[in-house]
Amino acid sequence: MDDRIAGEAAKFATQAQELAGNLKNLAQQITDMAAQGTLTTPEGGHMPFVALLTIFALACFVGYYVVWRVTPALHSPLMAVTNAVSSVIIVGALLAAGLRGLGAAQLFGAIAVALAAVNIFGGFIVTHRMLSMFKKKQPVKK
Amino acid sequence: MITQELAAYGYLISAICFIMALRGLSSPTTSRAGNLYGIVGMVVAIGVTVLSPGIVSPWLILAGLVVGGTVGTIVAMRIQMTALPQLVAAFHSLVGLAAVFVAAAAFVSPDAFGIGSPGHIKTQSLIEMGLGTVIGAITFTGSIVAFAKLQGLVSGAPLVFRGQHYLNALIGIVIVLLLVWFASAGHPVTFMLLIILSLAVGFLLILPIGGADMPVVVSMLNSYSGWAAAGIGFTLGNTALIVTGALVGSSGAILSYIMCKGMNRSIFNVILGGFGTDGGAAVAAAGGKPDKPVKAGSAEDAAFLMENASSVIIVPGYGMAVAQAQHALREMADLLKERGVQVRYAIHPVAGRMPGHMNVLLAEANVPYDEVFELDDINRDFASTDVAFVIGANDVTNPAAKTDPKSPIYGMPILDVEKAQTVLFVKRGMSSGYAGVENELFFRDNTMMLFADAKVMCENIVKALEGSAH
Repeated sequence: MDDRIAGEAAKFATQAQELAGNLKNLAQQITDMAAQGTLTTPEGGHMPFVALLTIFALACFVGYYVVWRVTPALHSPLMAVTNAVSSVIIVGALLAAGLRGLGAAQLFGAIAVALAAVNIFGGFIVTHRMLSMFKKKQPVKK
Repeated sequence: MITQELAAYGYLISAICFIMALRGLSSPTTSRAGNLYGIVGMVVAIGVTVLSPGIVSPWLILAGLVVGGTVGTIVAMRIQMTALPQLVAAFHSLVGLAAVFVAAAAFVSPDAFGIGSPGHIKTQSLIEMGLGTVIGAITFTGSIVAFAKLQGLVSGAPLVFRGQHYLNALIGIVIVLLLVWFASAGHPVTFMLLIILSLAVGFLLILPIGGADMPVVVSMLNSYSGWAAAGIGFTLGNTALIVTGALVGSSGAILSYIMCKGMNRSIFNVILGGFGTDGGAAVAAAGGKPDKPVKAGSAEDAAFLMENASSVIIVPGYGMAVAQAQHALREMADLLKERGVQVRYAIHPVAGRMPGHMNVLLAEANVPYDEVFELDDINRDFASTDVAFVIGANDVTNPAAKTDPKSPIYGMPILDVEKAQTVLFVKRGMSSGYAGVENELFFRDNTMMLFADAKVMCENIVKALEGSAH
């Protein structure tokens, strides 16, 4: 019995070692690529699309697992807080509103900043109000 | 001023904070910390952006933040908890509209976002921008319709007309073609047309959905607002936006799935129109039946039954929210507990107009959350319960969902109130529920109907209980 466990453990250890080796190679490759400048595009320095897509896909999984653990009693606060959080779109609005001068882009940006700000303030405050109402059973008070 | 690399680290921190914010909601004890994480993440994201080299004039930003922040704060402080579903719908519409405006700003001045120069935007960015715009615009008008229905500005009944689905499908196809054209040419007119058609789809998509399906709709729009944010995130190459958009998108999708499962319906069934359309025959049949005898009782009868019971399970529904009866209900429960009666609450997944609606209302009335149970946790206990007190709920207790394969609600998980020794129904009249199905429980021997407004009935029961205390 113990032998079998030891054997399994040894197998895992070798696998982990292989994985670490692979990761090291990968890291080396990425550094090489970065050094050659293939990771950054000339305009604006965006990450390549596939990197963004990877992040997106992984975040979907994180969201999936995290949200399944949310207790049904807190589904309303969950909606309010995700709504507040999705207003992080304000980041794009700020970039436009902060440009020099006054044109269509700045105007659109400012409107979007205001809209998102309503959501950010409103969303977090209403979530706070809801959450502060959830109380555990008090020991019988006399 | 901070470098672009430093900014990327900031966005990473804010994305992690947002994940922690959702994680905190797994239990009421950690939930407040979760909300704080969310606020920290947002402050970091905004701070990092404002300090980045692209921002040269802070005035419009300040103006926008002050105006929006003030409005948001005032609304959120004043809103009543019963009006929560329409508030959330309204907030969703703002995210959608903001996404459209950000996309428009990026289209007008792409150099600020590093995606090309006016008239020469990269094809890939055009696709991302177009998608973000379409989803944002649909979210905007869809949420407005949902808001109007929840607020009672528009009838909650499904609005259906001939050929509706064909029209929607047609517009959908046109939008896809326009997207392709937009991506290849990047013409401003295509951009405008995309926005207009998407706005129209948002309206048409939500109009045929009835009031009681709103939990699904609100969750779905929640999901859309996330995908819209993610779309814009791709355009900007911003990881915080992409991660957050994905989190919110999947969160909304999961909630929609849970709500649909609570009604045993597919998401397509919900979107393609309410019960009112295909359930028409059932409504007519139910309406034509001769009156069967029901046993109606008074508040005193109910008080007597409940104070002599050893356990009572309360089943709240949308009717409780409409009548604002949660405080009176909790008072009644307190008096019963003083007399040694075990009182618990059973919540059906789709009770109310948004996910978790009933839980918030009960929490508002100071009901401790460990007295409130989900369907799966309490359904077995009805058999050993003396009194089931159903207040403002109907379809979610209808045994036809288990026994009658022809019923439109067949297969929907229900709360087994019929197994309790006595069932009390607080209702304003004999009308059938949203699904248009008659509830046979009303005519059973062990059922007593309490015809009154939910709040008035609870207050009268409280009076009767106080009167009997000697």
